[in-house]
Amino acid sequence: MNLRLTDLDRREPLLRGHPACPGCPSALGLRLIGKALGSDIVLVVPAGCFTMIQGAFPKTSVDLPILNIAFAASAAAASGVSAAFEVKKSDVPVIVYAGDGGTVDIGIQSLSGAAERGDNILYVCYDNEAYQNTGIQRSGATPYGAWTTTSIKGKAEKKKDMPAIMVAHQVPYVATASIAYPLDFIEKVRSAVMMHGTKYIHLHAPCPTGWRFSSDKMVEIGRDAVLTGAWILYEVVGGHWRLTGPSKNLMDKRKRKPVQEYLKAQGRFAHINAKLLEAICSQIDQQWEEIEEKIK
Amino acid sequence: MFRVLTGNHSAAFAAALSRVQVVPAYPITPQTQIIEKISEFVDTGQLDAKYIRVESEHSAMAACIGASAAGARAFTATSSHGLLYMGEMVFWASASRLPIVMPVTCRTIGPPWNIWDEHTDMLSLRDAGWIQIFAESNQEILDTVIQAYRIAEDEKVLLPVMVGLDAFTLSHTSEPVDIPSQETVDSFLPPRTGKPFVLDPSRPITFGNMAYPSHYMELKFTHNKAIEDACEVIAEVDREWRRLVGRGYGGLIDEFMCDDAEVIVIAIGSSAGDAKEAAKSLREKGVKAGVLRLRVVRPFPVQSIKRVISRVKAVAVVDRNLSPGSGGILASEVKSALYGLHKPPFVKGYVAGLGGRDIAVGDFVNLFERTLSSRDEGDDRSEWVNLNLEVLH
Repeated sequence: MNLRLTDLDRREPLLRGHPACPGCPSALGLRLIGKALGSDIVLVVPAGCFTMIQGAFPKTSVDLPILNIAFAASAAAASGVSAAFEVKKSDVPVIVYAGDGGTVDIGIQSLSGAAERGDNILYVCYDNEAYQNTGIQRSGATPYGAWTTTSIKGKAEKKKDMPAIMVAHQVPYVATASIAYPLDFIEKVRSAVMMHGTKYIHLHAPCPTGWRFSSDKMVEIGRDAVLTGAWILYEVVGGHWRLTGPSKNLMDKRKRKPVQEYLKAQGRFAHINAKLLEAICSQIDQQWEEIEEKIK
Repeated sequence: MFRVLTGNHSAAFAAALSRVQVVPAYPITPQTQIIEKISEFVDTGQLDAKYIRVESEHSAMAACIGASAAGARAFTATSSHGLLYMGEMVFWASASRLPIVMPVTCRTIGPPWNIWDEHTDMLSLRDAGWIQIFAESNQEILDTVIQAYRIAEDEKVLLPVMVGLDAFTLSHTSEPVDIPSQETVDSFLPPRTGKPFVLDPSRPITFGNMAYPSHYMELKFTHNKAIEDACEVIAEVDREWRRLVGRGYGGLIDEFMCDDAEVIVIAIGSSAGDAKEAAKSLREKGVKAGVLRLRVVRPFPVQSIKRVISRVKAVAVVDRNLSPGSGGILASEVKSALYGLHKPPFVKGYVAGLGGRDIAVGDFVNLFERTLSSRDEGDDRSEWVNLNLEVLH
């Protein structure tokens, strides 16, 4: 039976009055993790947007135990928590909730170490495609052509393919997800925690503040990222690749919405011209060709 | 039971006797034998702990923080560049008020590469909010690591502890070490409790979220108060250990023939032993020499130091470390501790033994004598000991 939104736990892990920007996908992502797993979890959070969303000492906006940790260290700190729980014979899931900068850039070493060791953690990267918390600086996860305050002419390099890097570590579970497809994400979170070892979910998270669009468009833009094929939903279990959600039907290029639909809604692509558009389209085609090879 | 152990293995045996539960570890010369030995203990079933072979020292301390925050007794060891590389997490551990214990096999910082004895690595993190204890012998390393968990986990303290041991001089040198029985250590060091806070879904709390200017200073005030209060805890834990096994180290400071001394050498670590030999030989010649070994550098034992040296004529502070532009770190701290005394003693600083250069008994004899004559001449400028002028030219 398919999961429905109305089936979900109505309790909220994120309490009212939290200081996230309106339309924040990072805040929503954490709510969905809470709805997927309930309150019997521990979070490890490095520097990033979710640091701020917790609010200020001596209060917190999150009704879960949280270990805040420095930028580069979240996977290693989670390994330590997980080791302590193993010693204490506790099976409470340990979940890292980190942004793209904390994951694909400064945190990649400790994440790679944890994955190579197979430490029992679920690592969720909310990918808002730049250092949004420090004020929109480009990260390794910023897509080609996107404006940020440190790529004012558009980023000249491609987005780092972090899920593929995690697949190369041969961990038991890797998935991409989108904030705009909550049930797909929740099912992936639930699948991941059932497995022992390092699990990785890369959550596409359109950021109204940094991508320069109206905060009421966050879900819409997230959907367009998937429906245009710019962001592909899949999971890799034991090396076996499988498309999920709407992406299952988008292998045929003709079924994808034109990528302009996705790009034109975002101020960070306001400078787009025909040449840039062509390059972006050809990158999308290429990533689908690569996926096609993998799911065969 | 006596066994012949290196300093590194003394630290490893102490960790096992302390029943550490999580050991994230990364190798670095000359510390590696500590974490090698613990790996062996775990793999052979002699120690029931989770050993995490992390990919860097930064992750070693991050994993210690995670494990300790989750309520486990966490242990790691490092040295030199490893300590600096984990520096960010070293601060994080103490400000999170986590009772981690970490031996630091004190080694020079490069470049140029140099793996030998020097204290600049550990002392450069003296402001990181950890308790810092330096051992003089392998026996003291073993005893101090066990004591360190009692100190760290005391609810008045709740701070991590570094135990400094000299590269090679202690780390790779074998001495007979009395290993207490597991029952003895268990009676001294009970299992860690979950108090006051650990990561627990049934009682969710947040470690380390944002604190605004309205609250940050109060957190630092309580951290500072805890490390000041640790003075009494460190002394009491050492006294209790002495009652239990017959060995103590003076708590914060180790006084050697200081009672009637006219001239005193202040030193830390293993070379204090050579200073003591020098003092003994000078006593035979009628010079009233003594040695004050600072066992604890953080909290800096100001009152204990004042009590001992306010009655002497001259003090030589021997620093196996360097703060370029300021000089020996301990000399400057000792001088600052004495400020305001009605009749402060003459204090002269010596930078010595950097990069593992020997400071022998004869050097200490010279330092005692040089300090007395400098006092008569009124020359309190600090000096470098045994500089090789041929290398300079």
